[in-house]
Amino acid sequence: MTITLHLKQPPAVPLESEVLSPDVLSELSNSEIRALIIYHGKRQVPLEEFFDVNGERSDQLVIHGDLNKVRWIGRGMSKGTITVHGKVGMHLGAYMKGGRIEVHGDASDWIGAEMKNGFIHVHGNAGGQIGAAYRGSLAGMKNGTIIVDGSAGLEVGMRMRRGTIVLGGIARDFTGLQMKGGTVILQSGAEIRTGAWMNRGTIISLKPLQMMPTFAYANDFNPTFVNVYARQLKQIGINLPFARSEGTYQRYAGDLSVPGKGEILVWQPA
Amino acid sequence: MIKITGGKVYDPANGIDGQIKDLCVGKDGTFVEAVDGCRTIDASGMIVFPGGVDVHTHVAGGAMNFARAMTPEDHRRTQAFIRTQSRRSGLGGMAPTTFATGYLYAGMGFTTVNEAAVPVLSARHTHEELADIPIVDKTTLTLMANNEIMLDQMQAGEYERAKNVVAWYLWAAKSYGVKAVNPGGVAAWKWGLDAKQLSDPIAGYSSLTPGKIVTMLATICDDLQLPHPMHLHCNNLGAPGNISTTLDTLKHLEGHRAHIAHSQYHAYGGDSWETMCSATTQLAEYFNTHPNITTDAGAVLFGDTVTITADGPWQHLLYKLTGRKWGNLDVENETGCGIVPYTYRPSNLVNAVQWASGLELMLLIKNPWQVFLSTDHPNGGCFWRYPEIIQLLMCADFRKECIAKLPDKIKGKITLPEIDREYTLYEVATSMSAGPARALGLLQKGNLGIGCDADLVIYEEEVDVARMFSHPRYVIKGGEVVIEDGDIRETPHGREFLVKPSYAPDTDEFMRPLFEDCYTMQFDNYPVELERIENPKILELGTNN
Repeated sequence: MTITLHLKQPPAVPLESEVLSPDVLSELSNSEIRALIIYHGKRQVPLEEFFDVNGERSDQLVIHGDLNKVRWIGRGMSKGTITVHGKVGMHLGAYMKGGRIEVHGDASDWIGAEMKNGFIHVHGNAGGQIGAAYRGSLAGMKNGTIIVDGSAGLEVGMRMRRGTIVLGGIARDFTGLQMKGGTVILQSGAEIRTGAWMNRGTIISLKPLQMMPTFAYANDFNPTFVNVYARQLKQIGINLPFARSEGTYQRYAGDLSVPGKGEILVWQPA
Repeated sequence: MIKITGGKVYDPANGIDGQIKDLCVGKDGTFVEAVDGCRTIDASGMIVFPGGVDVHTHVAGGAMNFARAMTPEDHRRTQAFIRTQSRRSGLGGMAPTTFATGYLYAGMGFTTVNEAAVPVLSARHTHEELADIPIVDKTTLTLMANNEIMLDQMQAGEYERAKNVVAWYLWAAKSYGVKAVNPGGVAAWKWGLDAKQLSDPIAGYSSLTPGKIVTMLATICDDLQLPHPMHLHCNNLGAPGNISTTLDTLKHLEGHRAHIAHSQYHAYGGDSWETMCSATTQLAEYFNTHPNITTDAGAVLFGDTVTITADGPWQHLLYKLTGRKWGNLDVENETGCGIVPYTYRPSNLVNAVQWASGLELMLLIKNPWQVFLSTDHPNGGCFWRYPEIIQLLMCADFRKECIAKLPDKIKGKITLPEIDREYTLYEVATSMSAGPARALGLLQKGNLGIGCDADLVIYEEEVDVARMFSHPRYVIKGGEVVIEDGDIRETPHGREFLVKPSYAPDTDEFMRPLFEDCYTMQFDNYPVELERIENPKILELGTNN
């Protein structure tokens, strides 16, 4: 049993709909779901004004439509699944504590911002500030996994404390800005200023990076933990090389301007 | 007009300790002998206190606004005030917005607040914000101890000139009194230095020492006959072993009146962060033998807050210790300003010592007319958490429970576990209302006597003291019922108390060239116009000359 929602027409202004979460919907009847309040700009409207709703009492949500302007889906969710078919708007899975979100399409900025745990997989491209800390907050994502098959925007993993972000495509500037822990894996590299102000944590890039001058080259090696990570990631279909026969990682320490104890590992194929 | 009948009245200013007494509020919002044919509030079984007076808080102005801007994370999680017919919207939290500040203070039974640190340069801004803090009456103190024009006169030994300069600044800022923050130290901060010893000349001056500034400024406050004495934030705040600096400062104040702000931050022994311990016994001993000095606790409560002070060098140190955000405002040649968000944790030994020291001071200083309830909001904790402190003061058992949660290493560093004293309601009323009102020289406040302002708060008597003090049944301000049954009913504008000290007529012309030489602002634009002050109440001061 699932709850299926179809967006009737794209909203003119952002639709703030944090009620689209298994935690809210799992115990509600179809009519109760239709009556839930969402914000169309500053106007409060019932959910059914924008969505056709099929199904009830389930923690599995399927949402269809051009949800580009639909924000806060899965905010703070702790269980269940959300599957989105189409583009999805900002703050997807922000503050989430558990459960899974899968997006067959592109996602916008701030996905998984300040999440505590859970799993987000975006099959298309994503925006910036993935798993980041909101403005002013000390820490971004504290655990969980975010996978983006496509490219990503600015400040990916900004101030993240723990957890894993994997990007299939290229990331834009300031990936791992002020990172405090956790791991960012860049399968296609990133643009500039990667790891700026990073304090701790690891950025692994499988493509050469333009390093900031405040990162110091340390050595070439094949850390054991990458081996462990690779096995874990293999289960979700991500290939992280680790074998000595295939190549080595160049380790850069930084950001020395903070001064930080983070590291950037850049893969050098043999 | 209101009549309050049958309440148990605690009015320390008139020595009334829990007697059942009727109170009458006349048309002009003051207490009168009798009234007829008006609303009667039956306060049987309830407790009547004079409205609270906060002797040291930071609620408005440039620094506060900077703190608000620096902590958006707090705005996301804090209490929101939704606009209603009678109430404006706002946010509570570590640095509440202006309207919310008024609602929160009144909601806790406080009716007068003293904004304790205003640079003259941002006085206009501060008064504009104070006008937007409803219900409570306000006073402001002007930051003087690092004002370079005044320091130059002190260095030159021109006492009279310095006195005229201070008086001129007070009137220019439309202020109520003088605040001194880290005398000389903030001026030295502009050289990247600090002033930790009272006898060492400060950076930029050949012979002027913090000790001389302290004594001269206290003398100036006395000579100007300011209703509130010099309000002093001593040198070397927050540092281990700073008790020697504090006691040295107090010696420089012999023979003068003074109010020592947030003394908790100035009562530490030890010589490093590891060995830091409470030295409140020594400080309390001094207060117990020197009735000319008052103080407020500056107590610390565990949790998140944002620290705001004119003490720029200390804030830079705190930033280096925490590695968190840091804001530093340039206040030209008048003072400094630093802002650092901070979290006090019970597991942190230094924080635990600070928590205990604040309570120790309030319990070890015997006379509640000398030590007042404060957290130096928002530095030690937010003002809306005062009821938690009252509970800690009134219930020794609760205090013991809290001490038990501190790390074991705290043993031997604090004296709080050995103190059994519990505040009575009479002492609480003294420390949160009558005492601070008297120290501020606001004789019509914190007093339920005939002719005084009808600011009072009525609590339903409860065993849970924290709940009782955070949920008054009624709050009456200037004769108007502003809180009733937990709801805000009226939001009248408060008044502002100002002093008008006399100064030599040529002071304007003396100041003008100095001003044009070093300020970024036009001399004629600088003084705050009286019209800017909402409901000013001016006290004209005489002169000793």
